[in-house]
Amino acid sequence: MIEVLEPGLSTTVQDTGRYGHYHIGMPPSGAMDQYAHTVANYVVGNDEDAATLEMTYAGPDLKFQEDAVVAATGADMEPKRNGEPIPMWTAVQVEAGDVLSFEFATEGVRSYLSVAGGIDVPEVMESRSTYTLIGIGGHEGRDLEEGDELPVGSANGNATAGAAVDDGHVPDYANNDTISVVMGLCDYRLTDEGREEFLGTQWKISDEADRVGCRLTGPDIEGMFEEREQPFGAGPDPTNVVDLGYPVGSIQMAGQPIILMRDAVTGGGYATVGTVTSIDRDMLAQARTHNEITFEAVDVEEALDARASQDDQLESIRATFLE
Amino acid sequence: MTNSIQRQELSSPRYEYGGDDHVFVELSEEMSFDANFEAQAITQEIRERDIPGIVEVAPANASYLLHFDPGELHPDDLIEELKQLREEIDITEYTWEARVIDFPVLYDDPWTHEVMMKFRDRHQDPDSTDLEYSARINGFDSVDEFIEAHSGAPQMVTMVGFVPGLPWTFQMVPREQQIEVPKYVQPRTETPSRAVGYGGAFTATYPVKGAGGYQLFGRTPVEVLDVDQELPDFQDSMVLPNPGDILNYRRIDREEYDAIREEVEAGTYEYNIGTIDFRPEEFFDDPQGYNERITEVLD
Repeated sequence: MIEVLEPGLSTTVQDTGRYGHYHIGMPPSGAMDQYAHTVANYVVGNDEDAATLEMTYAGPDLKFQEDAVVAATGADMEPKRNGEPIPMWTAVQVEAGDVLSFEFATEGVRSYLSVAGGIDVPEVMESRSTYTLIGIGGHEGRDLEEGDELPVGSANGNATAGAAVDDGHVPDYANNDTISVVMGLCDYRLTDEGREEFLGTQWKISDEADRVGCRLTGPDIEGMFEEREQPFGAGPDPTNVVDLGYPVGSIQMAGQPIILMRDAVTGGGYATVGTVTSIDRDMLAQARTHNEITFEAVDVEEALDARASQDDQLESIRATFLE
Repeated sequence: MTNSIQRQELSSPRYEYGGDDHVFVELSEEMSFDANFEAQAITQEIRERDIPGIVEVAPANASYLLHFDPGELHPDDLIEELKQLREEIDITEYTWEARVIDFPVLYDDPWTHEVMMKFRDRHQDPDSTDLEYSARINGFDSVDEFIEAHSGAPQMVTMVGFVPGLPWTFQMVPREQQIEVPKYVQPRTETPSRAVGYGGAFTATYPVKGAGGYQLFGRTPVEVLDVDQELPDFQDSMVLPNPGDILNYRRIDREEYDAIREEVEAGTYEYNIGTIDFRPEEFFDDPQGYNERITEVLD
């Protein structure tokens, strides 16, 4: 059992996500930075689908009521065990009675804490991920609060305290200002000049950036759209389309661009003009409010190659910790 | 006035990559039953084929979205299969068992009225209510007549999403009889739960309180989402409506609203649901006659 002494700014239980229910409007939820979540699990000998704690900007203070092997990955929140610093991206032994504490992240946004055996909250629709809008999954469907107690699953014995991820596998969150996007979906609604302006703009991440969406601010978007007689059922605004499904990572043009993240609405009536690649959705999860980003258009083969090379990288990390 | 549904040719569907792990297929830019039934038929076939690597299959109003694992499936191979599949599908032969659900609505209710009055500055016509405005721009002489039209013919669930359980429904009448309204100029930050709204050519019921941009017409006492699955009709799923279901919006008064609400809150309310073997061709030929048969299956 892990007792929450201080919950941090926004800490939730997350895993790889809740799938198979998009058609009823259920977004996947799950760790915003899947890479950091997966590596955190591998370091302590878990499979990638074990639940971790996702911490946002400022982490919690946690008291362990049992011995455990843990690892923190993602944004560096200067983790401490009983007040003494412990390394990131490394399996660390904690004893019953120890307190783990986290500070503010100065680079990146989200840290992940894995525990050998996983955070063992009940599954809802085959996932432990928290989806706060309707209050399901995780711990009581919400952010952690002081006094919460989290059960830990039984460890498989693969964890080795002291084992660490090679530096080469640790991302640099300070320089994630270029985000790869596969243009498409409804981008036929943009004029050539509009598309150029969209890709040429340094967009600022607004302070309304969360697990639902990464809202951007920049130039007026209506002018980027082709004029047309609106099709039946779409509504009169040039950015309106007949309500359709939104991919996770797609960029919705609703007043300003919003990149839809893992707790987003699953569909709606605004044109989407492209989709951030799966790899760069992880980077976006670490992009801080008020940072500026630019989109770089890549073709689908480039996006697939990047994904495949990260899958290889994760497989080699997994293999290291299995031995 | 025509009394059949004009068929729409879907000449050039658009196959689009959604990053490296989604394919989005826009069957048509405009809404039609043809586009929707094709989206339903294709997505049902995709489910039945159980294509390895497919993670999500989500039909929408005139399009559909697939999420896949690129480690197992290349998007170009998937798109090729989808194009072939389209050749094989004839939606007039596609039939399904549709649930017909009685859907009581208290139009012009006090709760959505209170909220809409807070947001008049975000509306096209701040001096009218949403119902007055919608009635006028659709050529109705009174709100009363407009409500009669909205509740006068059943509506098909053509998409579920936005948030869990929210049904988009499309009225089962020829296009020239269909109601069309714009969304708010700027979305509201507040909408009561169970509000019944209208945007574009669609009615939507908001499962939970939240933001929203649809014109507000009323409020239903029944739930479309029951997370704890306490109501008997939610035993199998926390969501009531499914694409292909038919909602029959029925105008009720405050007394009936309160009575139903009491039963819902007690966890005892049972929806009035019938079923019909839905045949697109018969519906296209004689929507009015077909709709009468649809509403007859409700006791």
